[in-house]
Amino acid sequence: MALSRNISVSEASRPKLPRHAKLKFDETRQVWVILAPERVLAPDEIAVEVLQLCDGVRSVSDMIDQLTAKYAAPREAIATDVITMLQDLADKGFLTEAREKTS
Amino acid sequence: MSDILTDGKAATAPHDGLSVLEQRRSTAETFGIPLAVLAELTHRCPLQCPYCSNPLELDRGGTELTTEEWKKVLTELAEIGVLQIHFSGGEPTARKDLVELVQHATDVGLYSNLITSAVLLTKPKLSDLADAGLCHVQISFQGNEPMVADRVAGLKKSHEKKLEVAKWTRELELPLTVNAVMHRQNLHQLSDIIQMAVDLDADRLEVANVQYYGWALKNRAALMPTVAQIEETSRIVEEAEVRLKGILAIDYVVPDYYALRPKKCMGGWGRQFFNISPAGKILPCHAAESITGLEFLSVRSNHSIAWIWQNSEAFNRYRGTGWMPEPCKSCEFKEIDFGGCRCQAFALTGDAGNTDPACTLSPMHEQIFKQAEQEAASDNNRFLYRNFAGGTLETEGEHGA
Repeated sequence: MALSRNISVSEASRPKLPRHAKLKFDETRQVWVILAPERVLAPDEIAVEVLQLCDGVRSVSDMIDQLTAKYAAPREAIATDVITMLQDLADKGFLTEAREKTS
Repeated sequence: MSDILTDGKAATAPHDGLSVLEQRRSTAETFGIPLAVLAELTHRCPLQCPYCSNPLELDRGGTELTTEEWKKVLTELAEIGVLQIHFSGGEPTARKDLVELVQHATDVGLYSNLITSAVLLTKPKLSDLADAGLCHVQISFQGNEPMVADRVAGLKKSHEKKLEVAKWTRELELPLTVNAVMHRQNLHQLSDIIQMAVDLDADRLEVANVQYYGWALKNRAALMPTVAQIEETSRIVEEAEVRLKGILAIDYVVPDYYALRPKKCMGGWGRQFFNISPAGKILPCHAAESITGLEFLSVRSNHSIAWIWQNSEAFNRYRGTGWMPEPCKSCEFKEIDFGGCRCQAFALTGDAGNTDPACTLSPMHEQIFKQAEQEAASDNNRFLYRNFAGGTLETEGEHGA
């Protein structure tokens, strides 16, 4: 099985975009988009910021720490938001878990 | 999460931070450049499916755009803001230059999707396509086993080959969509087709009920499902969607003859989609050439693609809501469904400017519903196979294969 399906996002996860989902800045429309099979999605600023951290190396826990520091917000609130968002993206097939050997 | 290419279901989940891009840009009145374009590279195809979405008058091989012409088109599409290119046909792998075209799409920054019957693919060829940057493969299936599937395709051993190519697709880590076109003669296999898609490790399954234009319209009596079949289909799809959440995404296209409201065909004429025919015509949808009296301009004309999209008479004829007669004109749903499908209105009423008879408000609705019921109840199961010779009628015991 190449990609993990139906992943459960936790603070220990190291998510990344699968090969068929590409995060790209659309110059014509001046917005960030996710290109996926039969779909073009428009993530908002927060989603773009979080997705850019999803490199398959960084853990969700590290991302939460980084965002907590940046926005000077309670860690617990940020953690809930980030995990909920990532889980939702994962359920829709736009996030996968990095494999054992990260490239 | 918003889904703007497949008919704007626009189910925005509040917590995933994604919004509908279309709402910012491509409204009925501003005609933003489409995000995705369908490139029909050829009408040549080894399959002969009786519901083929190609026009009855197929473009001959000699009229097809050359490699250099297609490359120029791909560059121009990327420059004007198109993000995704769907390579389709006919059978796109019948073009010897497909790898070169996929590579060019990648080079100019387009996300590429291959819509294929798979029967001409070899493993090295698929591997070359992946290396050229192909992002997604969609394989059509005509059933879940060879008896039904090969008969519908009109090609022996096609089902077996498709299964093999689907496996290679996943081995190459390309995402796979299984496209299953459903009709009266294969709907009994739907549960098995869903399981087949899971077993093939597909990401998505399109359960697409036949849309009745061109070849499918000619074969309507042999394809039209019964109301009972459709009810069962909806039940099976709804159950599978819940059971397979996170494993297999299912897109379901309902048959509009039995609907109450017409489909928002192509997201509205000239609103968010165009198609390029093998000979280079820019079309509002793949069936648009079935409407007589409209002149579609070609990429070989001296106009740019963006100019044709924005200014050509054919695109503007049924764009937005200004062209609408009653009952559409005063209808509260006119910006929801844009009057349904122009090709269907033309095919069934003789005037593309009429309300799509799939709508209950069309004076023709009752009639086409009754006709569909009658055809579904008939036992006319013989296919007219699609080919360049104008179609071949299925014979007893010997299907086109």
